[in-house]
Amino acid sequence: MTEEIIITGFGGQGVLSMGKIMAYSGVMQDMEVSWMPSYGPEMRGGTANVTVIISSERISSPIVRHFDTAIILNQQSLDKFESSIKPGGVLIYDSNGITRHPERKDIVVYRVDATEEAARMNSSKTFNMIVLGGFLKVKPLIKLENVIKGLKKSLPERYHNLIPMNEKALKRGIEIIQKV
Amino acid sequence: MKKELRLMKGNEAVAEAAIRAGADGYFGYPITPQSEILEYLMEANPAETTGMVVLQAESEVAAINMVYGGAACGKKVMTSSSSPGISLKQEGISYIAGAELPCLIVNVVRGGPGLGTIQPAQSDYFQSVKGGGHGDYHLIVLAPASVQEMADFVDLGFDLAFKYRNPVLILSDGAIGQMMEKVYLSQQKERSKVFPDWATTGKPATRERNIITSLDLDPNGMEMHNHKLQAKYNEIREKEVRYEEFQCEDAEYLLVAYGTSARVCQKAVQLLREKGLKVGLLRPVTLFPFPTKRINDLSGQVKGILSVEMSAGQMVEDVLLAVNGKVPVKHFGRMGGIVPTPEEVVENLKSKIIGG
Repeated sequence: MTEEIIITGFGGQGVLSMGKIMAYSGVMQDMEVSWMPSYGPEMRGGTANVTVIISSERISSPIVRHFDTAIILNQQSLDKFESSIKPGGVLIYDSNGITRHPERKDIVVYRVDATEEAARMNSSKTFNMIVLGGFLKVKPLIKLENVIKGLKKSLPERYHNLIPMNEKALKRGIEIIQKV
Repeated sequence: MKKELRLMKGNEAVAEAAIRAGADGYFGYPITPQSEILEYLMEANPAETTGMVVLQAESEVAAINMVYGGAACGKKVMTSSSSPGISLKQEGISYIAGAELPCLIVNVVRGGPGLGTIQPAQSDYFQSVKGGGHGDYHLIVLAPASVQEMADFVDLGFDLAFKYRNPVLILSDGAIGQMMEKVYLSQQKERSKVFPDWATTGKPATRERNIITSLDLDPNGMEMHNHKLQAKYNEIREKEVRYEEFQCEDAEYLLVAYGTSARVCQKAVQLLREKGLKVGLLRPVTLFPFPTKRINDLSGQVKGILSVEMSAGQMVEDVLLAVNGKVPVKHFGRMGGIVPTPEEVVENLKSKIIGG
């Protein structure tokens, strides 16, 4: 089993940290992982992306151009990466700020309105965990309990009091994600 | 002994491994994409635990000369930079090689020439394996292809450096420096309290002075010194070649690639094998010494070889020398900070080697 994922959106949306938590969760589940961030000029332009690969085998290339799953969090990223999803692959997106919705018919599209939900929950910072929850529902490769373990590993101890809030957000994401 | 598992960036792994290897000093200057090495060491502050010195020098030139000084005292010292910074260090590196001192240098390569770009590249191959600075010298060059090897090669690098009294270069790139993977860290080693007998640690009454220099104004003496260096490089060529093979046993075509390119090529081998093409990959782990003999042997078995690098074609020259005309050898690469995709490698093997 190998899952090649790209997460992409604005800087500040928690794209890189979502990828990091995903990777840590994979480690907790005894899987091979790689986390390859964009660190180049595109970061300076305000968008960020990260490629996460989770596999039961040794990972060959950490850099891939076609993905099993794309988690897309803004319009620029949708324009850029919709075509990079493998046929039969999955696109998860947040419709907030999206003016042109996904158009491909040979992929499965899911919508998780995490921005709206985070505002409703009054915790905009857990936005990325709502999205991650949605991913867990669609692609149950990692168990929720391992994500919580991953969170504990990747967050400094002084922030461990925030874990219950993140867990709530993850569960909310599992509930609200919808197939389009 | 049980090793500690962490998820780390390649750059962080180098830094943590340096502390655990019992290094005495790190002297650096920030440059993307390797600044995390210096940042991690500064935050870890090993001065309080192992006593390791971490110092941000005023420039790359100062950093490499601090390494020269530390190494002359028999200390386990290192520096790191990325391409333009490594160019600045070349004078010092040549002196260190000439004075036969051990040290570890890490180059997290970015696209060039000049200031170039901050994205990954492999265009410093010639500089790394053919000299870089002036004079007839070689570094021992290790090419990690994973975060695990970024950590492992710190310890290995120091061992080789002290064994041969020679600078060792870890030739990495922006992708391996920036990506996170699982890494098993070794146990903390104590910093050495004994120093090699050549080190300049103060002259006791019981022995002659130790002199560290790269200078000999008498050309006869200098030629003798050069013969000694060349004999050492030949010994390294005989004993220290390291490489890894993927599915070479029945291969009819061969890819040769190191570092990030080798990871991309592993995926290309998978894709090609799925299509029924018998393709293998040879990954040089040491670039100096180069696995010349193994590539020559394999050229008796395969119909053609594609060398894949993130450069205009540098390592391909060493592959051509190794193959010595036995089978066609071609190059495929991307430049300026672009990493080739597995699909591009597949297409190029087909068009340049299998089809041609």
